[in-house]
Amino acid sequence: MTRDEVILAIKDIIETIAPDEELDSLDVDERLRDQIELDSMDFLDIVMELRKRYGVQVPEEDYKELASLTSCADYLGPKLENVELKVGV
Amino acid sequence: MSEKYDAILIGAGMSGLAAGIRLAQYDKRVLILEKHYLWGGLNSFYKRRGRIFDVGLHALTNFAPKGRRGVPLTKLLRQLRIRHSDLQLGEQNYSEIAFPTERLRFSNEFELFESEIARAFPDQVDGFAKLTEAIFAYDSFTPPDPDLLARGELAKFITEPLLVEMLMLPMCYYGSAIPGDIAWYQFAILFKSFYDEGFARPEGGIRPLLDLLVKRYKSLGGELRMKSGVAEILQQGAGSLRSAAGVRLENGEEIFADQVLSSAGFGPTMEMCGAELGARVTDEDRGQLSFNETVIVTDKTPMDFGNYGAAITFFNDSDTFDYRCPAPGGLGIDPRSGVICSPNNYAATEPLTEGWMRFTALASASHWGDLAQADATEYATQKQRAAEAFLDSASRFAPDPRPFEIDRDLFTPNTIRRFCGHPKGAVYGAPKKRLDGATELPGLFLMGTDQGLLGVVGAMLSGISMANRHCLQPTA
Repeated sequence: MTRDEVILAIKDIIETIAPDEELDSLDVDERLRDQIELDSMDFLDIVMELRKRYGVQVPEEDYKELASLTSCADYLGPKLENVELKVGV
Repeated sequence: MSEKYDAILIGAGMSGLAAGIRLAQYDKRVLILEKHYLWGGLNSFYKRRGRIFDVGLHALTNFAPKGRRGVPLTKLLRQLRIRHSDLQLGEQNYSEIAFPTERLRFSNEFELFESEIARAFPDQVDGFAKLTEAIFAYDSFTPPDPDLLARGELAKFITEPLLVEMLMLPMCYYGSAIPGDIAWYQFAILFKSFYDEGFARPEGGIRPLLDLLVKRYKSLGGELRMKSGVAEILQQGAGSLRSAAGVRLENGEEIFADQVLSSAGFGPTMEMCGAELGARVTDEDRGQLSFNETVIVTDKTPMDFGNYGAAITFFNDSDTFDYRCPAPGGLGIDPRSGVICSPNNYAATEPLTEGWMRFTALASASHWGDLAQADATEYATQKQRAAEAFLDSASRFAPDPRPFEIDRDLFTPNTIRRFCGHPKGAVYGAPKKRLDGATELPGLFLMGTDQGLLGVVGAMLSGISMANRHCLQPTA
């Protein structure tokens, strides 16, 4: 997955867990929490979906690395380097 | 022996179905066992004479418009991946709290309730503002103090006794298992769910909502077995290594699982664990409060025959509200206060053509339970007698539907006990809630009524949060 694909993967997961949110105008550098409603229950879901779709484990102490789309790409990029993007699952 | 499940859920009510969806969503092998032939538990439906009667649904509290942030309904939809539009919620017209000397209206706009308080109790406006501030600041993530009661807290803000009684009435009826009072944290949660959020009704009643949940659960691979009462919760290991291992059904079949989540209530659940754990259930764990319900179907809508537009009327016929289970004997109910509601008085794309009014009264569970066992004819006669007395009382506060009646149905605490398995038909379960869902047996957890969240939305959130906490968190 490229860096852009990691961002697509995260957006696709958010779209799955929050179908009523508008995601087109998300700023990649701003905290996700400040732009759309995501609470700790939702972050659990993002982590569970990452595990389910891409087999990647995010330990609880690293949840903070998922704060913005840019930080997601920084943190997940190396872990997903050799994994293919799946969207719309 | 069948393959082991990740989790067995006891009860296909709102909490069990919601927990099931969460677990199935993350590929857990999950089985829901329901002893009744229909799902829904306390919020179910039945057919009589070609009509569908809802059991528990007076109103769906916690209404919020699509996308409203930080409220229970939005969290719930998110967690179950259900679209707001799938619920087909119609908002209430308005509701009211009716006492002989004063009536307060409220709607899904908080400003109406504020202005009603200002009109009726001008000297309480400041106190009420401070009360709402305290309630809105209340953080639902902080572990609440379950022993703190609402009457004591209300007295810090409201000095007019009548207003205290008027504020207590709806909150007690909507969820208190404690006679005469309600836990402060529950009061705060309910207050927000009523006045800041609001009431709505899923179009078509509870059944489409249940269908939606069951369909979603099954599409994710979840298994649901009806008429499968649990006789025993199986255990493995000994001493500190003891844990839940599965269940034995009433027909003798044994099914194994890593975890068991039960919505059967604390007492019945522990009694399923055998004599030793069952013996630890105390009176404090057994609820008392229960209700009789009278449903009247009319040939005209309540608006047409009585100019009645309220979704719900909470009434009390004196200046003091006495919330407790009436003593057995007499009518078997307390006719002095109650809840009147009409599903006609919600927005709907296809309005109901018949009129519906539902009347709910505090009832003595032992009165109806003993009577049903002793004498079926007398039980039926007394049920009608109690209904007539209650309709007489309620018609002081809302129009009497009986002149327009085309059908009626009645139920008692005995009906609730038979269909939901709550001992004594205790609708709101045990006075003592177990907010973390933990029991003395590792691997066995509570959800639903005795875990402590209230209403249709609350029950589903209970199932969701217990599934997340005990089955899905990475540390679990």
